[in-house]
Amino acid sequence: TTLAFKWQHGVIVAVDSRATAGSYIASQTVKKVIEINPYLLGTMAGGAADCSFWERVLAEQCRIYELRNKERISVAAASKLLANIVYNYKGMGLSMGTMIVGWDKRGPGLYYVDSDGTRLSNNMFSVGSGSTYAYGVLDSGYKWDMSVEEAYELGKRSIYHATHRDAYSGGVVNLYHMKETGWIKVSQTDVMDL
Amino acid sequence: MAQPGIHMQGPEPYGAHGPRQQYFSPYSWNGGTVLAIAGEDYAVLACDARLSEYFSILSRDSPKRYKLTDMTVLGCCGFHGDVLTLTKMLDARLKNYKHEHNKTMSCKSIAAMLSTVLYYRRFFPYYTYNILAGLDEEGKGCVYSFDPIGSYEREVYRAGGSASALLQPLLDNQIGMKNMQGVQRLPVPKEKAVALVKDVFISAAERDIYTGDQIIINVITKDGIHEEQFPLRRD
Repeated sequence: TTLAFKWQHGVIVAVDSRATAGSYIASQTVKKVIEINPYLLGTMAGGAADCSFWERVLAEQCRIYELRNKERISVAAASKLLANIVYNYKGMGLSMGTMIVGWDKRGPGLYYVDSDGTRLSNNMFSVGSGSTYAYGVLDSGYKWDMSVEEAYELGKRSIYHATHRDAYSGGVVNLYHMKETGWIKVSQTDVMDL
Repeated sequence: MAQPGIHMQGPEPYGAHGPRQQYFSPYSWNGGTVLAIAGEDYAVLACDARLSEYFSILSRDSPKRYKLTDMTVLGCCGFHGDVLTLTKMLDARLKNYKHEHNKTMSCKSIAAMLSTVLYYRRFFPYYTYNILAGLDEEGKGCVYSFDPIGSYEREVYRAGGSASALLQPLLDNQIGMKNMQGVQRLPVPKEKAVALVKDVFISAAERDIYTGDQIIINVITKDGIHEEQFPLRRD
């Protein structure tokens, strides 16, 4: 389960860390937040290899953009690059549900991109098997003018509740905060301790 | 990510499903188990040596470990045809790198390369479960585990292959100290890791038909790769 939301102080990204192969838990320590560059983050849901490979390609394309245009790429453009790449493989079996999070000239940016070719912008998304549970907690606690601490707590609690009810989610909660100066990793908390 | 496993309650009556067309499969499951542990200044990679197909044993002397450099070993199991091709491909890429850059590839770089090599075959994968073990550039032990299409992660310990579901929980408890109250997570000394690996493989051979015959343990330290072999159940 992964989630991200925009609010007055930037964007929060919270993810769990479980990977399953059928009913076997393959890993409880997967890094589902991919650090594309110091001001762009991508999340991983669906196929692990598909997400990490194509987000690495995205990192390369973002760097090339920077070198050609002498300017950092916008979140809208970065997410569109990814969406257009995966659209070429539509129907071939890629499985990827990712959120591209960043901070550019227009302020905090959050886009949802998936392997069907969907690309959407909004203030809040949750993706993955436990997303419905996360939405429930997120929607009831969300306010645009929350404090930083309240936002951290909301992100963590939403993932915690998803791991509680969804068998395919678990492990640790990794929490990131996207600020004007780039992202910071806020915390890593074992779900057992929440 | 498909986990292999055949569960049968005995043979079905002939013709139970009616006429069925037989298809050619380019893959086969040849069994084998690999296990790796990363320590402070060492890494251990252990594998068995049994090569199987369905219910037959094709060889008792087919170790799943492949030496890549003086500081890295790859444990590779699954479909033997793809294991052979993949290891040949990796050897070639390592040689090229050595000639181009006058430098041996570091463990971290080999891991990143293996990930892309596997992903390039995204639509006709190498049916292999890989675990890379070695020393990183600081001399600390490192273990990287992969899925068949290249998703990878650096870990402290990992079991892969046919008995992975039997071995991994034991390692979680003994090395990860999971589900235990009031214990400190101390670094595991090399001798304890090797002893644990031997015991754990003996148990795997008891309960997994595809694991057995021999264990081969590679201990990687700054002084090189030391290999030991132990017999296991041959039944």
